[in-house]
Order: sequence, then C-alpha cells, then structure tokens
Amino acid sequence: MTVIILLLIVSILIAGGFLIAFLWSVNDGQFDDDISPAQRILFDNKKTNTK
Amino acid sequence: MNQEKFFYDNKIPRAFAIACIFWGVVGMLLGVIAAFQLAFPILNFSDYFPYLAFGRLRPVHTNAVIFAFVGNGIFTGVYYAVPRLLKTPMWNKALSLIHFWGWQFIIVCAAVTLLLGFTTGKEYAELEWPIDILITLVWVVFGINLFGTIFTRRERHLYVAIWFFIASWVTVAMLHIVNSFEFPVSFMKSYSWYAGVQDALVQWWYGHNAVAFFLTTPYLGLMYYFLPKAADRPVYSYRLSIVHFWSLIFLYIWAGPHHLLYTALPDWAQSLGTAFSIMLILPSWGGMLNGLFTLRGAWDKVREDPVLKFFVVAVTCYGMSTFEGPMLSLKNVNAISHYSDWTIAHVHIGALGWNGFLTFGMMYWLIPKLFDTKLYSKKLASAHFWIGTLGIMLYAIPMYWSAFRSYFMMKAFTPEGQLQYKFIDIVQTVVPFYIIRAIGGTIFLIGVFIMVYNLIKTAKAGKFIASEEANAPALAKEYVAPANSIWHSLIERRPLLLLVLSLIMVGIGGLVELVPTFLIKSNIPTIASVKPYTPLELQGRDIYIREGCYNCHSQMIRPFRYEVARYGEYSKAGEFVYDHPFQWGSKRTGPDLARIGGKYNNVWHFNHMLSPSSMESATIMPSYPSLYENKIDKASTISKIHVMRKMGVPYPDGYEAIANQDLDKQANEIVADLVSTDKHIKISSDKEIIALIAYLQRVGRDIKLEEKNK
Repeated sequence: MTVIILLLIVSILIAGGFLIAFLWSVNDGQFDDDISPAQRILFDNKKTNTK
Repeated sequence: MNQEKFFYDNKIPRAFAIACIFWGVVGMLLGVIAAFQLAFPILNFSDYFPYLAFGRLRPVHTNAVIFAFVGNGIFTGVYYAVPRLLKTPMWNKALSLIHFWGWQFIIVCAAVTLLLGFTTGKEYAELEWPIDILITLVWVVFGINLFGTIFTRRERHLYVAIWFFIASWVTVAMLHIVNSFEFPVSFMKSYSWYAGVQDALVQWWYGHNAVAFFLTTPYLGLMYYFLPKAADRPVYSYRLSIVHFWSLIFLYIWAGPHHLLYTALPDWAQSLGTAFSIMLILPSWGGMLNGLFTLRGAWDKVREDPVLKFFVVAVTCYGMSTFEGPMLSLKNVNAISHYSDWTIAHVHIGALGWNGFLTFGMMYWLIPKLFDTKLYSKKLASAHFWIGTLGIMLYAIPMYWSAFRSYFMMKAFTPEGQLQYKFIDIVQTVVPFYIIRAIGGTIFLIGVFIMVYNLIKTAKAGKFIASEEANAPALAKEYVAPANSIWHSLIERRPLLLLVLSLIMVGIGGLVELVPTFLIKSNIPTIASVKPYTPLELQGRDIYIREGCYNCHSQMIRPFRYEVARYGEYSKAGEFVYDHPFQWGSKRTGPDLARIGGKYNNVWHFNHMLSPSSMESATIMPSYPSLYENKIDKASTISKIHVMRKMGVPYPDGYEAIANQDLDKQANEIVADLVSTDKHIKISSDKEIIALIAYLQRVGRDIKLEEKNK
C-alpha cells in the first residue's frame, strides 16, 4: 500500500494544479459574467454564403 | 474594433468523425461477437487459432470502444468546438494531422498486438510499453495543439466546455503515465512496476478515472457545446455548469478504490473510495439537470429533432449511470454487483447510452453543418433513435436479471449447510440472458448502420466546406473587471488565498518527506510462506496473462461464507506481493481461481484446457489447443527473472543462470505425473500447457503451506 503515497502526491498535485487554475480563472474574471457566455456560443458568425 | 479574418479547418473534425464512426462500428461488432461467444463457445474458433478467443477479443472490444470510438468522438468535438469557442483556428495544422494519424496508428497497433496476445494484463491498460510510449507522444502533441489554441485565442472567456477539455487532457496524461510504469522484459513484454495490492490500487485508480476523464468529462464538454447549439438556446445555468465542473474534477480522482470493495485492499482505502463515490452524485446530477433543463420550454423541438432526442437519452443515461455508480459503491450493494453482470450492464448504460447516443446526436448535427446541407432523412435518424434505445434496454435488462439470479444462486445453501448450486449450474442459468443481451447489442449495431447510411447520403447531397471563414476582433491585452463583480470580492481577500496556497505547498512537501519512510515500511502483512514463482510457473503465468484469462476468472476471494465455501480461504493482501501484474480480475464469467492450485490433478487441467467440455459438458470456456503445440519461450526466462529481481522479487543472486534448469526439471516432473496418471497422454515437457499447469497448480497454495506448517 506504499503506492498510495505516490497516488496521493500525484492526485494532490493535480488537484493543486486545478486549484491554481480555478483561482486564476476567478482572478481573470472568467466567472464575472454568468449569463452572456451561455448566449455567446449560439452566435457564430454566419458562413460565407452571403457572398 | 478591428475585425480579423480567419478560417476554421473543417477537414480535421471530418477526419475524426469518419474515424469515430468507423471504429465505432468495428468496436461494437467485436462486442457483439464477444457477447455471442459467451453463449456459443464455438464462436471462439479456438480449435483453429487462438486469436479470436474471448480472452483476447474482449480487450480489443473494450479498447476499441473506449479509445477508438469515444476517443475519436472526443477529438471530433474538440477540433470542431474549440476553434469556434475561441474564435481562432487550431494552433497548428501539422500537429492536428500528426494527432489524427498518430491516434489511428495506435489503434491499429493496439488491435493487432492484443489479438496476437501482447498484453500487460491490466484492464483498459492492456497495451504494451512501446504503444504506451506512442500514446504519450501523441497525447502531448494534442496538448500542445490544444493549449497553443487557447493561448492564441481571440475570445478571452473560456467557455465551460474548454475547461472540461483541459481537465481531461491533464488528468488522462497523468493517469496513463502513472499506471503504465512497467519494466520491459523484451520488445513486446513488460511487467507492471507495482505488485499485488499496490498494482490493484493503481490500476483501479487509473481504471475509474479513465471512465471519469475519458468517457465522462470530455463528453460533458461536448454536451455543454453541442446540446445548446442543437437546441439553439443557452445552457440552463452557466453558473451551475461552473460549479458542476470544479466540484466534479475535485471529487472524481478519489473514487477508484470502489472497484476493490471486500478485496484484500486495506479497509480504510475502501471506505475512502466509497465516501467520495457517494459525494459524486451531487455534481453529476447537477450536470445532468443542467443539460435537461436547457431544453425547458423547448420540448416541442425534442419531438421533432432527432439530434435532441439522442441528446436527451444520452443525458438521462448519464444521470442513471451516475446514480447507479455511487449505489454500486456502497459495500452491501457491491457485494451483489462485484464480479457480476450488473457491472457490465452499468458500463453499457454509460457506453451505449451516454457516449453512444451523445456521439450519434453530435454526428447528426455536425455532418450536415460540415457539408452545408440538411440531414438526408430525419425519419431514418428517428428510427435509429428508437432502435438504439430498444437495443440498450435489451442489453441492460437481461444483465441486471442475470446478476441477481446468479447472486441468489451463488449464496444459496441447503438446510444441511452445503452450497446448493455448482458454478456450472449458474452458468447454465444465465446463458439465455447472454443471448438476449447479444441480440440487444446487435440491434444497437443495426441502428449504427442506419446512421452510417444516413450520414453518407447527407454528405453526398451537400458540398464540403473545407475551410470556413469567420472573423472576430483581436483579443484586448488587458482585462478590466466590471465594477459589480461578485467573484472578485472573494479573491480580494488575499490572506485566505495565501493560506490555502501555503497549506497545499506544506502538504505536498510533507508528503514528499514521508515517502521514503513509507516505502521502507509497507503496511501489508507479509506471509512467510509466500514465495516467488518458479521459472516454469512464471512462464505459465505469462501464458495466463497472454490468453486474457483474467477477463473471465477472478483471483480474489471475498470474505463471505458463500465465497469461502465455494472457493476456499479468502484472499490476503500478503499473498500477492510477487504478482507483477496483479490478476484479481473484475468479472466472474467462470469461477474464481485464487485457490485453484491443488484442487484438481494435472490430468484434469491437461484435458480441460484441450477441451473444456470434456470435463464439464455445459461449460462456455474456449479450448486452447495451441498451448499443446507452442513451445515455452525459454529464451525469455533469463530476462524475466532478471527484471523480477530488479523489482524486488527475492530470487537468489545469479539464479538467471540456472533458472532454465529448474524449469526443465519441474516440467519433466509434471509430464511424468501426467503420463503415470493417464497412459494415453503424449506430451513433451517443453510445451506451453505444462507451464500453464504448473502455474495453475501453484495459485493460492502458499498460504495452505503455512497452515500445514503450524
């Protein structure tokens, strides 16, 4: 069961990485607006068939 | 603002889509064949050649469906959605192509090597070390391309789907690398670095998270993109999707041990896995409801649009699986489900319902878009939907039924205290369910063929848009937070952030310091009588692994009366310290083999492997005549012993030199015993069957010796 240490380290590293990513994303204002991102993906600029 | 013009490359998503569907058909077809094999052993064709026997075919099926079908499905969605979400083409076209062809090459290598019997013997990680390295390289290429695109984006905000893709990439990389630590013996053979309980823990930490981060999180990313697009309305709650994402990834990684409940894994690790598994209900159902609620007020569209029909059932299956999963992680429920067909039903609700239907929905939406046309036939797509749904039900229900039926038979005792049913009685009872299941799978596959026809017709009717023009303003350099930001007030409490970060650093530092201490003092009780395998047994064990015996036979007796009475003393952690890799298995289509050693005589095994039905007429086990012709690969003995010793198996120094002498001696003894018991037997001592018999007669015996010595 010593391997649990390896798994713990790796898992916590990953979790720590995600935590940093989370803090970064909050700091970067990724979640300031929780309405328009959902809308925005629906508005792709149309294909070039307008000519 | 300056609009910049750029082009989305549609060739790559098209290529991945074709690969996804192609491998999907192959993988599901193999699944159907494997399912029929369990009812009709003749379909193993094992009297003619060993390549298609269930033990080899089933890993090809699972790998094909997971990594080829779902894998290419993920990449289809990623290469289509990511550029559009980030308003930029994929970072590097060459990397995209390397990724595509590299992945297809890996799949072909995987299929060929698995059928040839090159396997590590670890479920869903069967591929041998050269392929593992290839996978790592291609995965890195994918990562560079993905992050390159993210760094050159024109849209500052990262939509939730992107987060799911990032997490999947990072975590799969880690899982693959940690679980694939293996020591090469030769070009296509290696031994797992870990042994026994440790190997089991790593394997199921990997195995569970392969489900989590290959079959689930990337597909959730696809759901969050394609479901709103297809319904043409925003996701129900963007905030909920964010909560869904972060809570899911933090919880998933700890749930692995629920695959090892009641095994020799230490109790506390089992409980840890169970606790996290239960918690997983919350984020999973949050995500499911978010998907379904997106359609609120749009259910009339669901009635019309086959794409949405597929999505609704996919998301519902996600919800069912993620409710069932935590329930199966409860120890009392797991006692019933483990090793049973319940697990098979559970994964197929996920694979056929969640992954399958989400992929189909995505394809029905995407292919017309790529070809600038409408779907050829909505009617056919709807027919596919109903056929597929029927297929899933016909697949799953018999499996649930079979699981409970065999459980009640397994644990039935007569009033005198004897087991009421032999294992073969149970096999006979469930075979009809296997047939219905196989029919269910066939029906599901027929649906896929209908889709293939429909999509080809669609593509032919349209005109492929190889590169799609788009424009967007360049990314502003600096981000300015809006004044009314809620989250910002949180982060501004800097001391809290500092505290959290320092706690993590301290935690990691402390763990790193503890490692050496822990590595020396293992908390597995060692058993003095447990000895390394002899060279012949080791060779036999490798044959056992090669033929994929672990696909149907477990080697782990749980501490229940009905298991101990049937198979013998329950398994102890210390028995497996020399097992590189562990072979506990996860399914008992055949009986457990943890105490097979000494249960039957050599002649029984000799006859049984040649023709299982000669010993047990109702058996569904394939025959293994090739073992009676192939010679033991004695040249490999030296490097095998050498590698084992490097990993801490205590063979004496210089044993390599005399290992083959010991091998010959033991083989001759077995042949002498065979011939003296049955005069009709003619076999030379260098054949593989002798090694396999030696191994089977050894399994689980060391602990019996200890009892004798007492």
